[in-house]
Amino acid sequence: MDGLLWQQSLGIALAAVIHMGARTQETRARMRTNHLRELEAESIFILREAAAEFSKPVMLYSIGKDSSVMLRLAQKAFFPGKIPFPLLHIDTSYKFPEMIEFRDWYAKKLGAELIVHTNRKALSDGANPYDLGTQKCCGLLKTRALLDALTEGSFDAAFGGARRDEEKSRAKERVYSFRDSQGQWDPKNQRPELWSLYNGRHNKGESIRVFPLSNWTELDVWLYIAEESIPIVPLYFAKEREAVQRGNSILLMQQGVHLLPHERTQKIMCRMRSLGCVPCSGAIRSEADTVPKIIDEMIGFRRSERENRVIDHDEEGSMEIKKREGYF
Amino acid sequence: MTAATADLLPMSSPDPTGVRDDLLRFTTAGSVDDGKSTLIGRLLYDSKGVYEDQLVSIQRSGINRSDGPIDLSLLTDGLRAEREQGITIDVAYRYFSTPRRKFIIADTPGHEQYTRNMVTGASNAHAAVILIDASRGVLTQSRRHTCIAALLGIQDVVAAVNKMDLVEYREDVFAAIAKEFMELAGHLGIANVYAIPVSALRGDNIVQASMRMPWFDGSTLLEYLENVPVRSVEHTRPLRFPVQYVIRTDSRFRGFAGRVASGVLHRGAAITALPSGAKSRVKSIVTFDGELEQARPGSSVTVTLEDEIDVGRGDLLAADAGLPQTSTSLAAKLVWLHSDPCQHENFYLLKHANRIVRARVSRILHRVDVNTLRHLPASTPQMNDITAVHIETTLPLFFDPYAQDRIMGSFILIDPMTNATVAAGMIEGKVESAHTSPAAQGRTRLEERMSRNGHPPAALWIVNRQPLATRIERQVFEKGWQVQLVSNAEFRNAELNPVVTMLQRTGMIAIFSPATDDPDLRNAITAIYGEQ
Ligand SMILES: Nc1nc2c(ncn2[C@@H]2O[C@H](COP(=O)(O)OP(=O)(O)O)[C@@H](O)[C@H]2O)c(=O)[nH]1
Repeated sequence: MDGLLWQQSLGIALAAVIHMGARTQETRARMRTNHLRELEAESIFILREAAAEFSKPVMLYSIGKDSSVMLRLAQKAFFPGKIPFPLLHIDTSYKFPEMIEFRDWYAKKLGAELIVHTNRKALSDGANPYDLGTQKCCGLLKTRALLDALTEGSFDAAFGGARRDEEKSRAKERVYSFRDSQGQWDPKNQRPELWSLYNGRHNKGESIRVFPLSNWTELDVWLYIAEESIPIVPLYFAKEREAVQRGNSILLMQQGVHLLPHERTQKIMCRMRSLGCVPCSGAIRSEADTVPKIIDEMIGFRRSERENRVIDHDEEGSMEIKKREGYF
Repeated sequence: MTAATADLLPMSSPDPTGVRDDLLRFTTAGSVDDGKSTLIGRLLYDSKGVYEDQLVSIQRSGINRSDGPIDLSLLTDGLRAEREQGITIDVAYRYFSTPRRKFIIADTPGHEQYTRNMVTGASNAHAAVILIDASRGVLTQSRRHTCIAALLGIQDVVAAVNKMDLVEYREDVFAAIAKEFMELAGHLGIANVYAIPVSALRGDNIVQASMRMPWFDGSTLLEYLENVPVRSVEHTRPLRFPVQYVIRTDSRFRGFAGRVASGVLHRGAAITALPSGAKSRVKSIVTFDGELEQARPGSSVTVTLEDEIDVGRGDLLAADAGLPQTSTSLAAKLVWLHSDPCQHENFYLLKHANRIVRARVSRILHRVDVNTLRHLPASTPQMNDITAVHIETTLPLFFDPYAQDRIMGSFILIDPMTNATVAAGMIEGKVESAHTSPAAQGRTRLEERMSRNGHPPAALWIVNRQPLATRIERQVFEKGWQVQLVSNAEFRNAELNPVVTMLQRTGMIAIFSPATDDPDLRNAITAIYGEQ
């Protein structure tokens, strides 16, 4: 089978379903046949397992598309009950304003408990990505903030939306990832995972990161968002935006992104492929302003999503280093 | 509010057979340099599962150990460097999809810890791809990989006979290897075995059919993977629904959340809750997307029952007809995963189907040769050993043999001191052989037999209904109880009294099925068996 053929056949399949239009809840409930249903069922199993076995779990909510999917899965896992754990957002204060607006709206809509944590101390000491560099800045505003928030809330499990296909070093990551009392990940001391028998045992102070989306790919996430009509931050959709082209990256002119001497802003038709802090998240040129168009684009266009993140390019294997320190 | 809502777009059309087979998990195994990385890279590359920037970074790396334009093995090679740093990688997961299916590859690298790694990778796999180097033939390692696949209950195994380019694409070389492999796999009891001649490097028979091997008219590896059946039998088994979580709401809703392990959960179906034994019916199957009439194996749903019975996490809802076995004493195959050997005086925590109980390895029967599955002398289980053992649990487990049900037949052992996962187990059945607790001496008593059997002796008298009697015998036997049918033919010539006495003493449930009612005989049996 050649690549073109498969793109075409998927495109046709997509076009066909788009025309089918809206379906009732009932029909969708009966349509439990595609691979997304299997992934969904597995993720729900993981969410329930951790909710049952840990005394105080929390869900890391990053506002991105993966978080949105994870949140929907949590709604499903405990339906008709409420989600039995709070959401935690680590706010670096450098997030896109649309993200914050979306976060507050969505948490309220779902009736979920939302904890927002910011490393105020580091900020008042002047921590910012422009002077510190992304590595140090992330260390303080993300990793440190996360570890503090987990300790403060004495959470013994934290759900994260990471996927194994995101990045090479995640391919071997467990669904239950054990962290020592410093919140650190010891790659030499992870527990083997067989069948769906997860081992969540831990001593006081230790914790487990739980990744319900381990087996999802970026395409799965988008297909699911489409199928489930999951709300996402509008930054994912293409629009003409004030931006600056810097090297291979397109940076949106927001939140004190400063122009370098020779640079000029332009209106660029673009969208975000993954969301993070304003100075460290690059946009991509795109015309895709609906979810089906994003899916179409993804099928044609095969770049790993982290490529647009300034953070991973900082240093070879930097993701690995961050993870060891406690970042997701 | 500015949030945009995605356009509604239900993706796939319902599968008319209702079988959920569009996700295949498979594991790959091969010795070093058989070409496993190249083969996986080829599958990802040819099915467009590779991102452009990953290709660029490979090209930029300047490394190419292959003689093709790009070294595909590097696509999956995050692991090589890590191995050198001593990082444990038991399994690396890779993803790709075609219009037909999504695939999850459990890629098991490593040499020293091979058993542990491959067992882990195979535990969730429906199929196994075993790499064999055509220029070297079926090696000890190939046998080991096939044995482990068989042990973990994988029923679909394919040999990818690789590097056919090195043997000039010769049919006779492939045929000899395929024959040897088929015999081995057949001997191990693997149901569906297949072999494909491939060259991972040149792409022959991986995704595209090879022009260089016109003599082979079977499927390519990808065609095989797209068509191998998934979850083909679970739905035919009796219902097993291990309860994970109890959902309560203010409005007096009480639902039991879980994932159907096997069988089909139907609204209205009669169920028995274990361990309580309480019976009820399924009132509704609740999901976020609406109520369902039925839920198939693998579905995560929430069940409400007609009656207010006591059910909690770790309990099992099972089909009334066809209960699982119940015992505190299990025969199992144990794969030791930890560098600390088994301490068989110690208690471990045993996790099985959402339930944790205390357990002890009470007896070591023999070690299993991982290259042949033959028995070796017993020894204390060490890292990577596969050992046949008896396990005693403090509370009874409700289980099915692993060969019938991978979920209801598998468990892990956790060291309660270190919290490490130390072993994985596959249950074969209850311990049937005489087991002596240190205190017990002399002749075995009926009470001991009763506690072993889990039921008292009993007699049933069924006149002239042989088929019914046979059915009852079968059903009772499937429950794991001791049962013996005495049929019409046996009535005619046997001296029944001593036989009945023996049946009663061994604690048997005896079913007597004479052609006509014989009050004398019935009274005699009643005298021996007592009134119930
Ligand atoms: N001639 C030939 N060489 C191959 C083939 N597949 C892999 N190789 C080579 O065999 C070596 C080992 O391959 P690799 O994929 O790294 O093996 P692994 O250790 O099993 O992952 C590399 O030099 C590959 O280029 C094949 O089909 N034909």
